[in-house]
Amino acid sequence: MASIAIRDVRKSYAKMQVVHGVDLDIASGEFVVILGPSGCGKSTLLRMIAGLEEISDGTIAIDGAVVNKLEPRKRGCAMVFQNYALYPHMSVAQNIGYSLKVAGVPAAERTQRIQAVARILELEHLLDRKPMALSGGQRQRVAMGRAMIREPKVFLFDEPLSNLDAKLRVQMRSEIRKLHRRLNATSVFVTHDQVEAMTLADRLVVMNGGRVEQVGTPAQVYSRPASRFVATFVGAPAMNVLEGEVTLEGLSLLGGGRKLNVSRAGLSVGSKVAVGIRPEAVGMVAPGTPGALAATVDLVEELGAGRVVYVDLDGAPFSVVTSETVHPEPGSAIGLQFSETDLHFFSSETGSRLDVFKASVPEPAL
Amino acid sequence: MEKRVTFGRWTIGILFAVPQLILIFTFFYWPAGQAVYWSLTLQQPWGGGNIWVGLENFRSILANADYWNSITTSLVFAGISTGLAMTIALVLATLTDRQLAGSRLYRVVLIWPYGIAAPALALAFRFILAPEAGFMAFANQFWPGFWDPGLDGADAMASIILAFSWKYVGYNFIFFLAALQAIPRSLIEAAAMDGSGVVRRFRDIQFPLITPTIFFLLVINITESFQDSFGIVDIMTAGGPANATNLMVYKIYSDGFRGLDYSGAAAQSIILMLLIVALTIVQFRFIERRVHYR
Repeated sequence: MASIAIRDVRKSYAKMQVVHGVDLDIASGEFVVILGPSGCGKSTLLRMIAGLEEISDGTIAIDGAVVNKLEPRKRGCAMVFQNYALYPHMSVAQNIGYSLKVAGVPAAERTQRIQAVARILELEHLLDRKPMALSGGQRQRVAMGRAMIREPKVFLFDEPLSNLDAKLRVQMRSEIRKLHRRLNATSVFVTHDQVEAMTLADRLVVMNGGRVEQVGTPAQVYSRPASRFVATFVGAPAMNVLEGEVTLEGLSLLGGGRKLNVSRAGLSVGSKVAVGIRPEAVGMVAPGTPGALAATVDLVEELGAGRVVYVDLDGAPFSVVTSETVHPEPGSAIGLQFSETDLHFFSSETGSRLDVFKASVPEPAL
Repeated sequence: MEKRVTFGRWTIGILFAVPQLILIFTFFYWPAGQAVYWSLTLQQPWGGGNIWVGLENFRSILANADYWNSITTSLVFAGISTGLAMTIALVLATLTDRQLAGSRLYRVVLIWPYGIAAPALALAFRFILAPEAGFMAFANQFWPGFWDPGLDGADAMASIILAFSWKYVGYNFIFFLAALQAIPRSLIEAAAMDGSGVVRRFRDIQFPLITPTIFFLLVINITESFQDSFGIVDIMTAGGPANATNLMVYKIYSDGFRGLDYSGAAAQSIILMLLIVALTIVQFRFIERRVHYR
């Protein structure tokens, strides 16, 4: 149980800076997920907490004590690696118990603790096997056991589920959640998978290009994305974003010259904005319905429970998620309807969220 | 599915194998067979045919104290030079593996000694270790009589061990470095997270994982120390002083071509062959068990 305080942490390799000043506070017992595309610096940040990467600038403190210069073993963190990193020449029991052996724990107590961990993870019948003889899910569990047995202050997970198949991933996801509830240890989990991130996190940290874009609960991040990047990165299919310009009447969408009637409180006429709407918030109506945007169906993806309809809106790609039983034909005309309260506005220059706008009822196209 | 080409007629298959069979027969079985034949006969130095003597050659060799001395010398040489060459190479490779800047250069530079012909290398070391000039002369200045491979058998043995090890350090280094780099970085990091320090990590993780390479190099080094040492001995000590460096492979040459005892030399080469075979079997039987293959 420990809190982590990250203050203006930076990381550079030679002349390339990959992490640009991250500030983050992780409360004791919290499950924090760092989400971002590959190369955004999320793994580097995790490895700096672990002590596997040197911190170029700034400080990381665990339980109030700055750990910048401490060796990994002195930080009280345990890590689960993406490729499990099990010692191939040791049995499952030896793998799990290695840290205790290094720490000089007597053999009897070691065996007892290995047994206890194995019981929790249902590995008891596999203790004598070598990692080679295990399935992916079992290896994953051994890696978890190796982290658990040390009763660490902090658990670090570096994309631990990305080598598993889809079904196992879902299963392991809920097991990690249950385990966290049981141990209640501070956990930092790095992933590029947003479903993993949304389901696991108490708090979500979205990173891009070495910077933190947003910190918040999964619901906050989904419903009020702080930037255009977060808006399009979180949620599947991605949020639709259309470029527009503020006019005297409201908002003119670039490309087709369509208009949205919105009050432009605080924004000067002529400024460029991006307007976003989640595919789930768009309804499909018959073409020509008053107040609907006219579009042409491009492609329909069947998901079983619903379908994703990709439409052409004056050349801009746009997607709609629907659970209704309508099956629009590619090439057919439809109308798109949405509530103004579901619109998100972002500055075209900086990409950051603009909350000054309140949309009124969208007008149909000409 | 195993890929396998099958021939309708066995003669075609044989024809494909013939070039290789000819090579093996001409350069391996024929000379080896000839050596076995010579070892069972007495060859007359000025021609006139061979006289069949059965195992008489072996009997006289094995009754000879000089020969037993040569076996002991060979074993000492093999043991120390293999140990030295492998230990130094492993230390260098471990250090290089930890800090990789410039390791490509090391790899190239360190393989060069292996490419140098033994006699050329031996000549260089003869100068380097000469008692009358250079560094060792300097040492002799302070401790008169400290170093003289021409008079002291132990010094002579140390010289050839040094030269041979130098050649094989580079060879071993390449294999060790490759083996160490094949260990996934995350294993080392996982061990670091588990609380293991540098030395402990080497003992518990890296060393067990490179045992296949260690075993391979052990077999190669020992075998080569019995065979590849000829050029070094010939140039540096010529077997002396007082047979102190008269390794088996050198004794075969000196008895056969200097002493003109072809039959005795042939018998010695058969014994050397059997000894290498026996050592290799022992290594596979008793050491391979401790090897962790992944």
